[in-house]
Amino acid sequence: MDASTATLRRNSIDVAAARRRCLGYRRRILDISQQVGALHIAPAFSCLEAIDTIYHELMRSRRGHSSQDTFLMSKGHGCMAQYVILEDHSVLTSDDFALYCKPGGRLGGHPDYGVPGIEASTGSLGHGLGMAVGMAYADRLKRDDRTIYTLMGDGEMQEGSIWEAFMMAGNLRLNKLVAFADVNDFQGLGRTSETHPFFYPVPEKALAFGWDAAEVNGHDHQAIFDAVAGRRTDRPMLVVCRTVKGKGVSYMENVPIWHYRAPNPTEYQQAIDALAEVSS
Amino acid sequence: MRNNFAETFFEASKRDPRLCLVVADISPAGAIDKFRNEFPDRFINTGVAEQIMIGMCAGMALRGLRPFAYTIATFALFRPFEMIRDDLCYQNLPVTVVGIGGGVTYSTLGGTHHAQEDVAIACALPNMTVIAPCDPAETRIATQWLTTQEHGPVYFRLGKAGEPDLTGNAVDPWEFGKLRYLSRGRDICILTYGPIAKMANDVADAYRAKGRSVSVVSVHTLKPLDVEGIVRALHDHEQVVVVEELSPYGGLGPRVKAIAWDTKARCRLDTFALDDAFHHVYGSHAEILAAHGLSRDKIIERLG
Repeated sequence: MDASTATLRRNSIDVAAARRRCLGYRRRILDISQQVGALHIAPAFSCLEAIDTIYHELMRSRRGHSSQDTFLMSKGHGCMAQYVILEDHSVLTSDDFALYCKPGGRLGGHPDYGVPGIEASTGSLGHGLGMAVGMAYADRLKRDDRTIYTLMGDGEMQEGSIWEAFMMAGNLRLNKLVAFADVNDFQGLGRTSETHPFFYPVPEKALAFGWDAAEVNGHDHQAIFDAVAGRRTDRPMLVVCRTVKGKGVSYMENVPIWHYRAPNPTEYQQAIDALAEVSS
Repeated sequence: MRNNFAETFFEASKRDPRLCLVVADISPAGAIDKFRNEFPDRFINTGVAEQIMIGMCAGMALRGLRPFAYTIATFALFRPFEMIRDDLCYQNLPVTVVGIGGGVTYSTLGGTHHAQEDVAIACALPNMTVIAPCDPAETRIATQWLTTQEHGPVYFRLGKAGEPDLTGNAVDPWEFGKLRYLSRGRDICILTYGPIAKMANDVADAYRAKGRSVSVVSVHTLKPLDVEGIVRALHDHEQVVVVEELSPYGGLGPRVKAIAWDTKARCRLDTFALDDAFHHVYGSHAEILAAHGLSRDKIIERLG
């Protein structure tokens, strides 16, 4: 029994610890927003529990860059969620954040290949899943026992390249590929459920392409973990995470401007004061 | 050309298990079929889906494999352009994108199948190397180089099939990044690349018949361009002619003109390229080139 199997055979995870971690990550992201305004807070807050679960409970090493498994942030603009977790794992440093989006720094507004813990560059939407398919196929060819995790946004899933990747992953039966959809129902010009009503139900789309699929509350660590632990092992898996954009800061939740805006000092203090552990 | 690519790639694949071929529903010709039968796991057909063809190549290269993407040039480069830019070039991954039928090779299929801007677009990409051999033998040597290179992405522009041998008596060996003199003269130098080198050779023969001494050069590596070699050609000849099967924007002609200006070259310089137009004509490859104003006689007429 390898480490992965051992991890996935556990029935429960320490949800209280996970919630405490995510509270700290949200605080850290808000702190960074007072240093540089160029960051996407709400998109990071919607997928934070999913990425926390991936790094802490699913991947077989807690050291991002030395991990046996891989995580690709296909939804690149949500990278602040990945950055703070990599900092927590000592893969990135506080110095990296001090120079975030500044000359001489190595962290930018989207993940960049070559930065420790970042295994592919993303930012333009619709690229991560395709590269994840290639990685999963290469691992099979090389008999490397790795699992590839990737996270997409729901708006991102309107890209045709995503569905080319879905089709090939199904065709190739890439059973070491686990994709997450951060379905926060918001994109640039409105609610996804209003602009693209036939996108739903999402799991059925993946099932039709030969994937396994489950839909969970995307802020529920245990539900996310259980979905992956209980997946079919003969095909790729999509975990559809129903989430709230800006989750954790009430005035940001489902308010489109917080896709890219940073809070002013008053708003920052208000957010810090009101921030609490997110419960499912 | 494509068969020479396929034969060479197949032979190299026996030695290097990292070599993989990712195609987008292109019918396997010749040795491609042999590769597919011998290494079925290393042959991936994404179907009519070029974005995942490039995306998969990127993911495979990130895992240490050496994939080649292979399909008709328009579909290899234009359709998945952003994947080539972001996944391959931005990350500087050693993936070769093979474009079959560069230029207007697919002369009966209409403008949707004409890659008449491919070299210009590929050369505009940071980190991209661009290679366009002029005949089957040069395709073989270039493919050998490609199967061992590790440094980054390459756009490999090929013709189709049946191209004549032009390099059997070449003055220079093929060397990456260097001009290759196929013949060396003193008066006129014709710079060219790809299958249209045959036309350049015919033009050279016509001038030789008039007593002129003519060089014909295969500029097989468009990027990085052998700038020193171009400078020497400009200064060693009284007349330089560029003949290319490409849009008039962004190709070898404008580059040579810029180099000539920068280095105060004093030779006469003429450039010949495809028209900046979609011509709705069908016929042989030569007939489509002629519709763009490119034939031996038209070039000679313009040169005088």
